[in-house]
Amino acid sequence: MSAPLRNTKVMNRTDLTCRLVGRLTHGEAVIGGIGNTNFDLWAAGQRPQNFYMLGSMGLACPIALGVALAQPPRRVFAIEGDGSLLMQLGCLTTIATLAPSNLAIIVMDNGIYQITGCQPTPARQADIVAIAAGCGIAASHWAVDEEDFERLVDVALATPGPMLIAARIDDRPGVGATKRDPAQIRERFMQGLGVRQPI
Amino acid sequence: MAADADAARSPGISPDLPHWHEIVQATLKRNEVNLVPYVPDRVLTPLIAGLHADPFFTTFATAREEEAVGILAGAWMGGRRGALLMQTSGFATLANVLASLVVPSQIPLIMFVSERGTLGEFNVGQSLVCRTMRPVLDALAMEHHTMTRLDELEFIVDRSIKQAVATQAPVALILSPLLTGGKVFA
Repeated sequence: MSAPLRNTKVMNRTDLTCRLVGRLTHGEAVIGGIGNTNFDLWAAGQRPQNFYMLGSMGLACPIALGVALAQPPRRVFAIEGDGSLLMQLGCLTTIATLAPSNLAIIVMDNGIYQITGCQPTPARQADIVAIAAGCGIAASHWAVDEEDFERLVDVALATPGPMLIAARIDDRPGVGATKRDPAQIRERFMQGLGVRQPI
Repeated sequence: MAADADAARSPGISPDLPHWHEIVQATLKRNEVNLVPYVPDRVLTPLIAGLHADPFFTTFATAREEEAVGILAGAWMGGRRGALLMQTSGFATLANVLASLVVPSQIPLIMFVSERGTLGEFNVGQSLVCRTMRPVLDALAMEHHTMTRLDELEFIVDRSIKQAVATQAPVALILSPLLTGGKVFA
């Protein structure tokens, strides 16, 4: 049995992350998953509304859900790798059930654990969008190309969610290097969300 | 004798005092802890039912305990307080997220653990997993209390929530069978 045929272009994580961040003009929160995902988020510009994960693989979507539940007026994006999402697929069912209107998930799917040596994930025969739709997130879409990705991000910004956008990406590593200071990252994020003031 | 065992089920149950779950619920509310994800447990059932019945709380099941920790970390950073309800075996799945997210990021995660595996456990797997809980908490130098008495419950829960928030540090509140009656072999 071969992998499902897809008419989607293979894009680049760094480029897509920059395209996403460039469209955020209302203090939207972004949770960057472990590894390359948050390295590219860091490289795309260090917004105070960005949270960079340094561990706890698979929790970008749950953390984003928590932010969305705490601040319903604010749009929240999770950026997660396909391997990371595989570790916590159950969270898609929780998100579908709670149906937060301000939450969007972006999955960067290269089918490999790039950062550990490009080993293939066990999901070669799986379709992330079909999984998400099957979990109950009806607005789940593959981005066909960069222009379509931007269009889908605009939909996520303008219409009630939850929504999932998946993009096929190449095997290039992230280009940034997130500063490994979890307490400072958390504090700056809380300031960016208006929860804390600098002392 | 089965009847005698039932009669002596729990020193924490008294006709003159509220039930343990009523005290926990009221103390959460008083401390503005209103987001309560859980992975269910038989002993926790009356607390879960009480939370669902009160619109003050947003309470829901998650697929895994680790997922709930992520949700609560995000909610805390967004300015909302919450607590996680789970069983001992659920806590045993959390070492990675506690060590790599909660403790280094200084998240005041509030956890309630329904203690299985002791004081009448009938499943050997539960009794073994229970022995991993306190060593993990101690290895991470995390605050934890085992709650056995109804008359101390409100004090421990109330003070622990306040300390977690004030010191930006997690806490595990272990609900002993001495308090809840635990789960008995049916």
